[in-house]
Amino acid sequence: MANTVHNFGHKLKAITPLGGYDAQVDAFPGLTITERPDRALASLAARQGSEEQAASAAKGLLGMALPGPAAWSSAGDFTAWWMGPDLWMVDAPHDTHELLASQVKEAVGDAASVVEQTDGWCRFDFEGSRSLDVLERLTNANLRAAEAGVATRTSIEHVGCFVLCLEAGNKFAIIGPRSSAASLHHALVALAKSVI
Amino acid sequence: MNAGSMAFRTDATVGAKRGAQVNRLDGGLVNSSQVMNFTFDGKKFQGYEGDTLASALLANGVRLMGRSFKYHRPRGPLTAGSEEPNALVELRSGGRQEPNTRATVAELYDGLEANSQNRWPSLERDFMSINDRFSNFLTAGFYYKTFMWPAAFWEKLYEPIIRKAAGLGSISFEDDPDAYDKGFLHCDLLVIGAGPAGLSAALTAGHAGAQVILAEEDFLLGGRLNAETHEVGGMSGSDWAANTQAELATMSNVRIMPRTTIIGAYDHGIYGAVERVADHVIAPEAGKARQILWRIYSKRALLCVGSTERPIAFENNDRPGVMLAGAVRSYANRWAATPGEYVAVFTNNDDGHRTASDLMAKGVKVTAIIDTRADAPQMSSVEVLAGAQVIDTKGRLGLEWAQVRLANGMTRDIRCDALAVSGGWNPNVHLTCHQRGKPAWREDIAAFVPAGEIPTGMSVAGAANGDFSTAAALRTGTEGAVAALSDLGITATAADLPEAEDAPINVTPFWFVKEGKGRAWLDQQNDVTVKDVKLAHQENFKSVEHLKRYTTLGMATDQGKTSNMGGLAIMAELAGKQIPEVGTTIFRPPYTPVSFGVMAGRSSGKEFRPTRLTPSHKWASEHGATFVEVGQWMRAQWFTRKGETHWRQSVDREVVQTRKSVGVCDVTTLGKIDVQGKDAAEFMNKIYANAFAKLPVGKVRYGLMLREDGIAYDDGTAARFAEDHYVVTTTTANAVVVYRNMEFARQCLYPDLDVQLISTTEAWAQFAVAGPNARKLLQKVVDSDYDISNEAFPFMACGEVTVAGGCRARLFRISFSGELAYEIAVPTRYGDAMMQTLMEAGEEFDVVPYGTEALGVMRIEKGHAAGNELNGTTSALNLGMGKMVSKKKDCIGNVMSERAGMNTDDALKLVGFKPVKNTDQVLAGAHLMNATGEVNAKTDQGYITSACYSPILGSSIGIGFLKNGDTRKGETIRAVNPLEGKEIQVQVVSAHFVDPEGERLRG
Repeated sequence: MANTVHNFGHKLKAITPLGGYDAQVDAFPGLTITERPDRALASLAARQGSEEQAASAAKGLLGMALPGPAAWSSAGDFTAWWMGPDLWMVDAPHDTHELLASQVKEAVGDAASVVEQTDGWCRFDFEGSRSLDVLERLTNANLRAAEAGVATRTSIEHVGCFVLCLEAGNKFAIIGPRSSAASLHHALVALAKSVI
Repeated sequence: MNAGSMAFRTDATVGAKRGAQVNRLDGGLVNSSQVMNFTFDGKKFQGYEGDTLASALLANGVRLMGRSFKYHRPRGPLTAGSEEPNALVELRSGGRQEPNTRATVAELYDGLEANSQNRWPSLERDFMSINDRFSNFLTAGFYYKTFMWPAAFWEKLYEPIIRKAAGLGSISFEDDPDAYDKGFLHCDLLVIGAGPAGLSAALTAGHAGAQVILAEEDFLLGGRLNAETHEVGGMSGSDWAANTQAELATMSNVRIMPRTTIIGAYDHGIYGAVERVADHVIAPEAGKARQILWRIYSKRALLCVGSTERPIAFENNDRPGVMLAGAVRSYANRWAATPGEYVAVFTNNDDGHRTASDLMAKGVKVTAIIDTRADAPQMSSVEVLAGAQVIDTKGRLGLEWAQVRLANGMTRDIRCDALAVSGGWNPNVHLTCHQRGKPAWREDIAAFVPAGEIPTGMSVAGAANGDFSTAAALRTGTEGAVAALSDLGITATAADLPEAEDAPINVTPFWFVKEGKGRAWLDQQNDVTVKDVKLAHQENFKSVEHLKRYTTLGMATDQGKTSNMGGLAIMAELAGKQIPEVGTTIFRPPYTPVSFGVMAGRSSGKEFRPTRLTPSHKWASEHGATFVEVGQWMRAQWFTRKGETHWRQSVDREVVQTRKSVGVCDVTTLGKIDVQGKDAAEFMNKIYANAFAKLPVGKVRYGLMLREDGIAYDDGTAARFAEDHYVVTTTTANAVVVYRNMEFARQCLYPDLDVQLISTTEAWAQFAVAGPNARKLLQKVVDSDYDISNEAFPFMACGEVTVAGGCRARLFRISFSGELAYEIAVPTRYGDAMMQTLMEAGEEFDVVPYGTEALGVMRIEKGHAAGNELNGTTSALNLGMGKMVSKKKDCIGNVMSERAGMNTDDALKLVGFKPVKNTDQVLAGAHLMNATGEVNAKTDQGYITSACYSPILGSSIGIGFLKNGDTRKGETIRAVNPLEGKEIQVQVVSAHFVDPEGERLRG
């Protein structure tokens, strides 16, 4: 079972952003909202004058070019989305990449700054035919027009989030600050109940 | 009333008693097989599906629906739409009670409960109608003239009385149980209004494949097509509208939004819309929205909102039964209801004649058409009085007779229980003016049309643009859609237009009847008369904007939709100007009233704004924590234990036990900003007043940040993990501000420095472990590979360690409490387990969790500054840290901190205060005065910023700023609170009450 929080040899038991030991799943007709604590994250910021070197080193590790503005791309275990000029978030399965930041840093060396971001965020996946009907009451991002590969920054219930379009019209990842997971989740579920 | 007319009743009470729909006609767009039961002022009535409250009441013979704002005059509906000034009711009851709802747009549902408002004890007998007798005193500007003195009476006496006497609906003061949503939509073309122009535009754009939103405030699409008898394309207008709607509904690119009012036009093609999702049912389903506030992002918008008929002002023209002619037609044709048995028409244009013929076709008796035009067209079936004017009306609680001045100078009384008045039509230009567009006068239709700078991306079609005929609306709608889409590079083809009426406009402007000494009502909602406008002119309130404010013409819920034009026309005549020279007042959003509920959306009660939870939140909830909101974080304030009945008991215990043994506090909330880059060290030197470049790797330093003006604004520690890697810690409340300022510095002030910033605040669960046993406790948790002895890991050390058998962690030896203390951080997902682990490991030391109150007490005891001291007025010098502002380097705020005014000889200095009498309470906010002398602003010596009860010292203590404080230790002064008459003696002491030498934290 990938979508849960595992321990890594030590005695501390992990909890998800919503406070459970297993991921929260909320199912509605035409929409499933799934908490995703199973992803590791690391920010990657190219250093001044080393932009090309950083991009090329990242490509070597990730097996793909870093995406351009408002986009995400993925190859193998890795996904990356654009967060700002010369700034990306790299994402990989937590079970196999808990030390993702170290792995990325090793690859890019002094060409880029890398920071562990795994537990700075929570993620909820929207999947189903009613996704857009609910999302249009949550964010001003034009997700009806979004193709798979679109990544955008938006505000949901006053919380700054990233939204990735994983499958046009049908599947989206909402990534928000971990400490606000409960508020964000409340908003997602309240609006799903309102719409569906 | 003769026996043959028993089918019709117009007395307000007769129909009510009978409960029968005595004024219901045949046909219409109501579904007589669906009977809806409703109450009005507690009386039971029946109407049909498709009715509005107003149409159902009229069908039941009820014309009297409200009392006017100021004079409490009996009023009935003037219109059949959202422009209604009179028929305002309170809908529903309890928490769902909604005041000022226009009965003309309130969709009837089974179980609807409505009450009239602004009357007592009843609508028929309203004591406050006494105001009407004193109307000579209550003219325009009477507030300003009458209640001038004594000034103090205004707030306490006059205003409350006036507010009680005047006014509209009331609110229940109960919580609204319903939910309101917000939402966001995007489209190529927003079509506003679904009359003939809007439907034709949507059809054209829909066929072209554009993303279309068609918004209509009514529950039925079609606009005037539903109210008129003209055929469109060989079928009734309403059938054509229904067919078109059905065709649009098959297009996935067209979103039809009935019951949706576009309330405002904003920048960049953004429109505000309110969708009334569940106002037409008895209550929304649980969790579902009653209304939705939509923000619509449109690339283009086509305004197809039609026009509003304008009344003609004449004496006593406000009697229930006097209505706009188009509205009478709507009630008859669409809602199969007539406001009366005998209807007369008063018009200055051909359109008024349509009302007469439509009513006669429905079997209603039309007693006369009074046409102001000498050359009025004649009709065979009804008497047309050309060149005549209505000069007065009669009737109790409703119209019975109209007095007419004939062209030959004679008068004649005409029997009518409804008078259909038409003064021509005004295009609904409102939304074109929301960004200060100025409409232009069109002489041929005697009306203002959209002109000038209308909102970018907006165009106008149909009657809203002065193209009044159905054929013109259909044509300009489709043409408007083609043109708008062409701008976007979308090719659209104008639709084949159905055949429709194309009558020319034939209107001779006529605004008010000059004859008569009584009151001719202009703005029925605000009780503004023709005389009031004259008075405003006489008193030199001649600008239309002044006129509006002096008389209140055009204010309140209807925003003068039926009255503004009349006011302008009268002002023009008085000023000897043309109407366009007088100009129009500014129209502002919202177009129609919007409930506060929908503006608040889901942000109410506990969900007012999002909260942030700490990693140990669950643990804290289970262990008696009381939470306090700090910068959206819910932090444990204290942990109540069994037997503790007062928060002070809990806090004192937490402080004492921490200082005696060890305590643990979740400090995740402190901002953590990761700073990396080749120039990280230089950047740190810029943002902090003190030097950081030479901080060794593996060390932490306290730092102070200044604003550009030299005032201190945040403090905290920064740790150096590598030559090119620091982690900055900020205060909880300032985390975002500091991060934003650092980004500004990075991007704008020092773009040449190679620095990368990112927040890691919530990525790490961080706990303070403080007290003499802190090290012993941590040695049980930190893996034994790591030596954290005092020698190996001294005060201000930092490093990466592992805990609990291999979990990654960061350890900092820093202290806010003044005790031997550490902060330990693990990835947030392990924070809950880490808290449990620390508490378990600490059992042998009687470890306590402590909250923000104990944290605050300990930092005051230690004399550490916090938000109260960094209050936006204090400098490093005031804080006793003047020497920290390094002069060997430049930093933000350095130069400005050298200003003379910030470096005076008697500058405020941070010191501590102890009460001379041990039981006296030191209060934060108290001002400091010398031991003797006057107490006033001139003799002020400073103020106390933070105070608490110190369980360690056994008394109340405080810290604060005192002039020359550092040289006054030992002096006894006064802490005063003149507002509450309090004064205590305090002794000036060092701010460091506990361990002033700092031996504990280094031990």
